[in-house]
Amino acid sequence: MSRADVLAGPVPPAAPAAPAALPGAVARLLRSELRLVFGRRRNVALLSGLAAVPLLLGIVLYVAQGTALSGQGPGFVARVTGNGLFLVVAALFMCLPFLLPLTIGIASGDAIAGEASSGTLRYLLTLPVRRGRLLAVKAVATLVFVTAAVLAIALVALATGAVLFGVSDLTLLSGTTIPAGAGLARVAGVTAYVAASLTGLVAVGLFFSTLTEVPVGAMAATVVVAIVSAVLDTLPQLAVIHPGLLTHHWLDFAEMLRLEVDWGVLGQGLAVQAAWVAVFGALAWGRFATADVTS
Amino acid sequence: MTSGPVSPLLAADAARRGDTVVASGAQAPVPASREATVEAPAVRTSGLTKRFGSAPAAVDGIDLHVPRGSVYGFLGPNGSGKTTTIRMLLGLVRPTSGQAWLLGEPMPGASAGVLPRVGVLVEGPAFQPYLGGRQNLTRLDACDATADPRTSRRRIDDALDRVGLAAAADKPYRQYSLGMKQRLGLAAALLRPRELLVLDEPTNGLDPQGTREVRTLVRELADAGTTVLVSSHLLSEIEQVCSHIGVMSRGRLLVQGERAALTEAGEARVVVTTTFADAGAAARVLVALGLVDVAADGTEVEASLAGTGVGVGAVSAALVHAGVELLGLELRRPSLEQLFVTLTGEGFDVAR
Ligand SMILES: Nc1ncnc2c1ncn2[C@@H]1O[C@H](COP(=O)(O)OP(=O)(O)OP(=O)(O)O)[C@@H](O)[C@H]1O
Ligand SMILES: [Mg+2]
Repeated sequence: MSRADVLAGPVPPAAPAAPAALPGAVARLLRSELRLVFGRRRNVALLSGLAAVPLLLGIVLYVAQGTALSGQGPGFVARVTGNGLFLVVAALFMCLPFLLPLTIGIASGDAIAGEASSGTLRYLLTLPVRRGRLLAVKAVATLVFVTAAVLAIALVALATGAVLFGVSDLTLLSGTTIPAGAGLARVAGVTAYVAASLTGLVAVGLFFSTLTEVPVGAMAATVVVAIVSAVLDTLPQLAVIHPGLLTHHWLDFAEMLRLEVDWGVLGQGLAVQAAWVAVFGALAWGRFATADVTS
Repeated sequence: MTSGPVSPLLAADAARRGDTVVASGAQAPVPASREATVEAPAVRTSGLTKRFGSAPAAVDGIDLHVPRGSVYGFLGPNGSGKTTTIRMLLGLVRPTSGQAWLLGEPMPGASAGVLPRVGVLVEGPAFQPYLGGRQNLTRLDACDATADPRTSRRRIDDALDRVGLAAAADKPYRQYSLGMKQRLGLAAALLRPRELLVLDEPTNGLDPQGTREVRTLVRELADAGTTVLVSSHLLSEIEQVCSHIGVMSRGRLLVQGERAALTEAGEARVVVTTTFADAGAAARVLVALGLVDVAADGTEVEASLAGTGVGVGAVSAALVHAGVELLGLELRRPSLEQLFVTLTGEGFDVAR
């Protein structure tokens, strides 16, 4: 055997190929994530709590019907007894300032920080799940959960309203009456707009979630952002920045209840949300892609 | 420096000077083209450093070399930087400087291709508290893009069996005892066939029986060709299974190499058992041979072979030649623990 042979030694077997990702991997990851989110007792309780709002509101209005108190309250609420469809709008209106931001805070704040605090993040990342993919799947799962929350409110409101007050032709804000079927479509539009206008806050919450290992911190910060935004929106001195505020266009869903819907207004509201999503989505990605996972 | 075994004394000197000693197979940098072959070490790092903020470096320029097929005991007192090193190897923490290769591929760049072939247990197990053991493994497997869902069930059952957790598989993780949690962590690392296992304190929280099982498991896996990098601050728990040892202290790798080479090169002592009457004569023979540190105690005479080049054979021949009645002759190697104390100088306590 020559010296060269000794040096070369046995021919090394070819390096094993890196295992390839299987088709449907992202779908499996997302399904697993959704199962986790919707399987958590806390999240189920949260959804049930939100769904109870229209039920309680409907019952209160039903009981107060015919008393001196009936017809009082903010615009949409007063109309509920006339048409059950309005209970959907009234319930969403009541949940928007605090309960829905709270829901978003809990769901999005938990997304990354929850995995970090329980230590499961390091095991997901070493499976490996790519960081960008994990963030995207967490974002989608959170959005699905928030959408489910909005839908839970809307559907329970629709059922409660239909049972207690009946569904009749819808009298729009402009006074025109449209058939019940078209009215239902309008109310569905309101629900869709509300869900869509919450995406910006989800992105903000996701970003906070990448900053900390303490989920409660990220949750609280997210809720605070929504509240501060609403407060700033009330200060006339800050009128210049109002159109860009996260919450400024939230109540524009009322546009859906006009005879001629001004799509420009709604589009502007959605554009603002898209901008918040872009900015905070990029920040979350920038942070999470390089963050040291030491939990 | 030649690439032969280095005496721990030398290593200790080097440690005091602050550089790293590779006890055997000193590695020249390997050209990148050869890195990807099977021959590449299972783990290699070059000047790997991590600094958290302004604190002194948690890991300070270490050059790990874990050969394929070895069981590498990664030792060091609490806070010496073992976990931080492992986190950098796995791409969880970004090195401040230096590089790491897993199975020949650069990390963290090649994570997607390499990590499916690596089973990990880092700083204790962590699972979803409200899911059962089996459900937790199902979740992990579903999140693994390269794991075949069709074989998922079987692999999960096998892994649970392997760590002796089959009976408690459906209990919520929250209700697991510490040892059961640790076992589930090991099961997760064994969900798929792995080329490399990185186990950070795998025996933490296990009862003696469990510790023994982990040792057996590691030995079985190693026999099947899996490389195992196992960290511990408890020497006794892993020293029996390790083929290689690396010792960390204050962020530095003091010494690494084959365990046998490290301990054999240490200060070997010879213990002669003779009759009470011959003890004095035996001691004189040992002194005459040039052995140092000769001490007689009743029927036993002990001496150090360190630095003399005298072998046991020579000792026995000389004793017989001098007419000493030889009842027993024993060669004692220093234990790993002693080696460790020699290296760190301060035993196994938190250094900072
Ligand atoms: N996230 C962090 N931020 C700041 N310092 C850290 C961080 N993580 C670890 N350290 C420091 O780095 C050093 C090494 O810690 P590491 O966890 O790597 O030690 P270890 O060898 O694994 O110890 P043990 O045997 O206790 O597990 C310690 O001084 C520790 O305080
Ligand atoms: Mg550690």
